[in-house]
Amino acid sequence: MIAATLTRTEADPRRLLKALASQEVLLAIAVVGLAIAVGFYNPRFLATRNLSDVLLGNAYIAVAAVGMSMVIISGNIDISVGSLIGVLATLSGTLAVDGAPIIITWLVPLVVGVLVMAAQGAVIAYLRIPAIVVTLGMLSILKGGLISATGGKWITDLPDGFHLADIELFGTVPMPVLLMIVATILAALWMRHSASGRTIYAVGGNAEAARLCGISQPRTTVMVFALHGFFAGVAALLYATQLRVIQSTVPPNLELTIITASVVGGVSILGGVGTVIGSSLAAILIAEIASALVFTDVSPYWIRAVQGSLILITVIADILRRRRMAGA
Amino acid sequence: MSEIPLPQTVKRVAPWWLLRHETMLAAILFVALVILGVLNNRFLTLDNLLNQGRLTTEVGLIALPMTFIIITGGIDLSVGSIVGLCAIMLGYSWKIFGFPLPLAICFSLVVGAAAGFLNGLVITKVKVPPLIMTIATLALYRGLAEGISQAHSVRGYPEWFYFVGQSDLFGVPAQLWLLLIAIVVAGIALDRTTFGRTLYAIGNNETAARFSGLPVDRVKLIIYTLSGLMAGLSAFVLVSRVTTTRSDMGSGYELDVIAAVVLGGTSIFGGLGTIWGTIVGLAMIQLLKNGLALTGVKGDATIVVIGAVLILSTLVAGSLQRRRDGV
Repeated sequence: MIAATLTRTEADPRRLLKALASQEVLLAIAVVGLAIAVGFYNPRFLATRNLSDVLLGNAYIAVAAVGMSMVIISGNIDISVGSLIGVLATLSGTLAVDGAPIIITWLVPLVVGVLVMAAQGAVIAYLRIPAIVVTLGMLSILKGGLISATGGKWITDLPDGFHLADIELFGTVPMPVLLMIVATILAALWMRHSASGRTIYAVGGNAEAARLCGISQPRTTVMVFALHGFFAGVAALLYATQLRVIQSTVPPNLELTIITASVVGGVSILGGVGTVIGSSLAAILIAEIASALVFTDVSPYWIRAVQGSLILITVIADILRRRRMAGA
Repeated sequence: MSEIPLPQTVKRVAPWWLLRHETMLAAILFVALVILGVLNNRFLTLDNLLNQGRLTTEVGLIALPMTFIIITGGIDLSVGSIVGLCAIMLGYSWKIFGFPLPLAICFSLVVGAAAGFLNGLVITKVKVPPLIMTIATLALYRGLAEGISQAHSVRGYPEWFYFVGQSDLFGVPAQLWLLLIAIVVAGIALDRTTFGRTLYAIGNNETAARFSGLPVDRVKLIIYTLSGLMAGLSAFVLVSRVTTTRSDMGSGYELDVIAAVVLGGTSIFGGLGTIWGTIVGLAMIQLLKNGLALTGVKGDATIVVIGAVLILSTLVAGSLQRRRDGV
């Protein structure tokens, strides 16, 4: 009896891992399959120019989704990240125009991102206020604050060296794609193999069990939010430097796109399960769908309905799958 | 062995009703009214106050079912998107599908109720957490509104349609009567019916409520549907007031609504809250907006204050509750 229970529990993580692997494989197939299907309908979709535009223009969403995935895996949520990215991008651009050294304009958003998110994490963890209340409040503070401070004007005349997104490594790999890949792989390795990375899963999977193992839930929450802030800072840099101008407003519904990428990427909204590789793939898939709509003559106004349905379907499928696994 | 500390009866320094959250809030509201009235002579006029009532109706109608939902420990972030979807369905079913306008109004209410019903159905049957479900439908319903309307607006409603949004009835803005009726019904339902008491039971301990044989799932389904229906009604009042239909209508409503409910003393953790608290919370939020506007603060800066109020009031309510529970 006991032996049977043991093998069951030992077998479980492997089955879980298998299910996760399939989620990532599934997404990769979807990314390629969609490209081929739309390519048949409109060959211009497959033009290198278009595909690389899709990748370059949306790498920042994948980077932000890495942090968001950590937050969701640890059993929290953050809806303020879109506003934060808008604020950080504006901050960086304003500094650049004011003639600050380029390195400062790149570092400041990272530091401020970490500080703002860590503060939110601390309020959530130590003052025990639900994440949705804190981040909904912060969303409006950042969004309203940004618009009333800048009036939503365009930041132009950015210095040449500022454009991080224009840098190409070895003349071929553009910086946004490089950062996306590096951030995803490093985060994935760290979360899978390091003790501190595993605490995120432990806290998200079973907070009480984690506490009994000596893991401090509040400390993990603050750590996760601080990292999330760091990735938001990187995302803001990519967003700020990809065009010649920055509009100093919050990109509309950015937080929803980022959450969609995380959830569709296989991060379970019940916490404890998911990988950042899946969320990056999902970010690419969402960007590809948006582009595919244009190339198949479907109005781009449908994109948000598509995003909403994607979250809904993935979440329902995830819960039903878990229920079946628990019942089996 | 017998040294287990017995719960001590705290010596009350003031009658119980004075220490209630709602009473304290009402006192703050009164003081704020007086201060704003002294600072600005346009503020404390009957005209201004009634006009503020007109403006707060759309949020107020949604805040009532939101109080129910938050008392059960749930949340509904999709209300603003439902307002947008219903506004579009109203305008489009009239102008494009050619429905008679009264039918179009009913149709948009049905769409609102259906949107809320879908939330409730997935939350109760699939057990998706309300937060995630309504984030998904926040995107989905707004997306449907944008997709259906293609960002076109609908205008040119007949004159009678503007009655609810712009006219007075017995000297009071017409939509305020709607809100008053809704408040009375919601207050009685919450305080004096089995349905209302079930909401508290669910919020305090859902498992216990289930084992007590309470129809937990059915009640949840009802309140989320109600939330969608009231968002539909709010859309009708809003379109009638601003005379046009756009797909971005109602965006950001979730902030005002949740802030009003939480400010009114409803615990975000569930199990605690009153309709009266929500009314005072609503008045505070509208007062804040009006007060800031009169002192020359623009709309975008207003949401900064409301966001801060949301966080701070949860913080204060949380620490008060902890002290009361003796933790």
